[in-house]
Amino acid sequence: MSKILEKEFFSKNVVKLVLEAPEIAKTRKPGHFVIIRIDEKGERIPLTISSADEKKGTITLVIQKVGVTSAKLCNMNVGDVIMDVVGPLGTATHIEKVGTVLCAGGGVGVAPMLPIVEGLKKAGNRVITILAARSKDLIILEDQMREYSDEVIVMTDDGSYGKKGLVTAGMEEVINREKVDLCFVIGPAIMMKFGALTTKKYNIPTVASLNTIMVDGTGMCGACRVHIGGKTRFVCVDGPEFDAHQVDFDEMMTRLGAYKDQEYEAYQKYLQTVEA
Amino acid sequence: MENIAEYLKAERSQEWRAELRKRMKAKERTSLERIKMPEEDPDVRNKNSVEVNRGLFPEMAIAESHRCLDCPDPTCITGCPVGINIPKFIKQIEVEDFAGAAITLKETNALPAVCGRVCPQEKQCELNCFYTQKLNKPPIAIGYLERFAADWERNSGQMSIPKTEKKNKIKVGVVGSGPAGLAAAGDLAKYGYDVTVFEALHEVGGVLKYGIPEFRLPNELVDVEIETMRKMGIKFRTDFIVGKTASFDDLKEEGFKAFFVGSGAGLPRFMNIPGENLNGIFSSNEYLTRINLMHAASEEYDTPVISGKNVAVIGGGNTAMDSVRTAKRLGAEKAMIIYRRSEVEMPARVEEIKHAKEEGIIFMNLHNPLEYYGDENGRVKQAKIQKMELGEPDASGRRRPIPIEGSEFIIDVDTVVVSVGVSPNPLIPQALKDLKVTDWGTIVVDPDTMQSSVPEIFAGGDIVRGGATVILAMGDGRKAAAGMHKYIQEKIKAN
Ligand SMILES: Cc1cc2nc3c(=O)[nH]c(=O)nc-3n(C[C@H](O)[C@H](O)[C@H](O)COP(=O)(O)OP(=O)(O)OC[C@H]3O[C@@H](n4cnc5c(N)ncnc54)[C@H](O)[C@@H]3O)c2cc1C
Ligand code: SF4
Ligand code: FES
Repeated sequence: MSKILEKEFFSKNVVKLVLEAPEIAKTRKPGHFVIIRIDEKGERIPLTISSADEKKGTITLVIQKVGVTSAKLCNMNVGDVIMDVVGPLGTATHIEKVGTVLCAGGGVGVAPMLPIVEGLKKAGNRVITILAARSKDLIILEDQMREYSDEVIVMTDDGSYGKKGLVTAGMEEVINREKVDLCFVIGPAIMMKFGALTTKKYNIPTVASLNTIMVDGTGMCGACRVHIGGKTRFVCVDGPEFDAHQVDFDEMMTRLGAYKDQEYEAYQKYLQTVEA
Repeated sequence: MENIAEYLKAERSQEWRAELRKRMKAKERTSLERIKMPEEDPDVRNKNSVEVNRGLFPEMAIAESHRCLDCPDPTCITGCPVGINIPKFIKQIEVEDFAGAAITLKETNALPAVCGRVCPQEKQCELNCFYTQKLNKPPIAIGYLERFAADWERNSGQMSIPKTEKKNKIKVGVVGSGPAGLAAAGDLAKYGYDVTVFEALHEVGGVLKYGIPEFRLPNELVDVEIETMRKMGIKFRTDFIVGKTASFDDLKEEGFKAFFVGSGAGLPRFMNIPGENLNGIFSSNEYLTRINLMHAASEEYDTPVISGKNVAVIGGGNTAMDSVRTAKRLGAEKAMIIYRRSEVEMPARVEEIKHAKEEGIIFMNLHNPLEYYGDENGRVKQAKIQKMELGEPDASGRRRPIPIEGSEFIIDVDTVVVSVGVSPNPLIPQALKDLKVTDWGTIVVDPDTMQSSVPEIFAGGDIVRGGATVILAMGDGRKAAAGMHKYIQEKIKAN
């Protein structure tokens, strides 16, 4: 059981929640995630820990409304209780000093990127961060990112803020300008796929953080499985971070759509209950 | 062992039993027919989740108990992994002392209501019964009687809360709440320890909850046992992964003196054949967890599940039977078992295979999948299947399946459940570098005390044996509790 202590809207569809979770706050590291279940009838979904405060015993999650559970979460308020929060799960990000690191975050992928950027900077790297989204109101955590980045480049599809263009355009610009030793791409699967294709052209080692469907998050079910370098791996325990050039993103996208119809139907039903 | 034999002898020679044996001639006893378990109608039950076996009525249990000869050398006991005093509890049923029978069962078996339902009796006690061995007759229905006595106690509302020694305030931890963990926790509480059970999932019970379906083992029954354990003072912490949420060192700092690890064999195996990651293909763990733990089949719950019209389940164990019968209940027109050996080699309980057949499950034995094909949305639509034949026995003693070249053919499937075994849960071994494990990832323990290479850590159940059984897991848990007790007491004395 975890109480919601703070809530903030980043945009209409993106919400930050600060939860009481002292044990997780103490042991979590960048790259870790939690699995939450809102109530008795809820499903279990993974959410990356965006930041934590060990002293206060809190963890911060950033949630984008995409389906029933995320919408329910976004509608919860300070003082409400989430029935189950378990973690920290996954393998922590491998952070060391390598030189210049390019961190490309798309949409809410920026939230899990935050602790990585922070860690990389503290390890002594030059960190260039790209924040990409469809439009201005979907750009999140810009101030926090600026705090830990040597440079922040904002890209929007519609040009409403920063530069107009896709995340890959921003990445190419940096890569053509200076030597990049390592790259992180986190965001929607399609964005990671093209981000990975971009860095592959230049042979830059690249890490992606995969957000597959999960149930238990402990390696027990295999719902999260995906081919990495021709071998099936479980994202919840072997990942969530993998060599982006080895990930079968097409398979991952297909698997993410496994419950598309059910999810759509459930979401419509949920919207009706909210409106009623 | 000698004193156990003497103990059994002494019990057998008690007056009431000697007198009981004389009441009916052995000839008469052996001429009685084995009782039949009342079952739900196959065509009705394959559409609902009601428990298939309805349980014996008292008069049936009493009738069956009369068949037991109360043998001087009760071979049935040698087949029981925890050595239940079988003739004693059966004779207690004969004299209608059902409460006494339940007490006898609980002397060695922490969860008789569960074991009476899920133990492979035909390979254990009933296999070794005098009737099977010497008379070539159906054995005493030991499993049904065990279930009867345990259910009787539960329904009587007089379930006794086991007596515990004076609380010694020493904290011990149990990792995992499956049968191994529950059995260990129960005994540790009886010894007087302050016991906390840590469970990764949001529910207590391990495979008993997320794996074995309602139609075979109602959850309610497991909950009653857990409630009793709470009353004994055992604490349960769900959503807590030892090694992640907190390390063993963190817990030791909090005052925990020793641990029992019963973390199970949670890691599902796949066959690594082409197309296996298509949508609609699940591990049995995922399929059963969605249905049993997450209630995906119920409208009110948010978790979805795909379950189609043509469901193929790969494997021949209990997990495969549970999956295929679940698929049928979720509306599959064709629910098929695809198993690479023949029925004789199937590891599933005989009763489950019988029930599956009655419910209209299609058995494609001596067949094996080679590849899956998907539709344009990435959903599985067909499987390529190969026929097999049996060769010489392999290391497991079962005849090895050999593919028949050129026998491949295609079948339509829209859902596949892969149920070809599990590997030990790697979480604990990963979290503890000093822990000795085998090449298969199971924890190495001293077979007498269940102590691992890390002195304060004991282990048992599937994490030590690989995929095994409920009764073996429970037996391990109890043995480990005794080992831990001895370890802690010796440590206290040394200080
Ligand atoms: C579908 C199915 C049907 C079966 N049918 C039968 C049958 O009919 N008869 C029979 O005898 N056997 C059967 N079995 C096998 C039997 O269930 C197992 O042998 C038995 O449950 C093993 O018990 P266990 O306590 O070792 O582990 P489990 O029951 O697997 O419990 C382990 C628990 O530990 C938890 N855990 C793991 N790691 C951690 C951690 N680090 N921190 C906290 N918690 C953790 C897990 O979440 C889990 O709840 C079946 C198994 C399955 C899957
Ligand atoms: S071997 Fe069979 S007949 Fe003999 S005591 Fe055991 S159950 Fe009864
Ligand atoms: S979510 Fe179940 S194994 Fe990864």
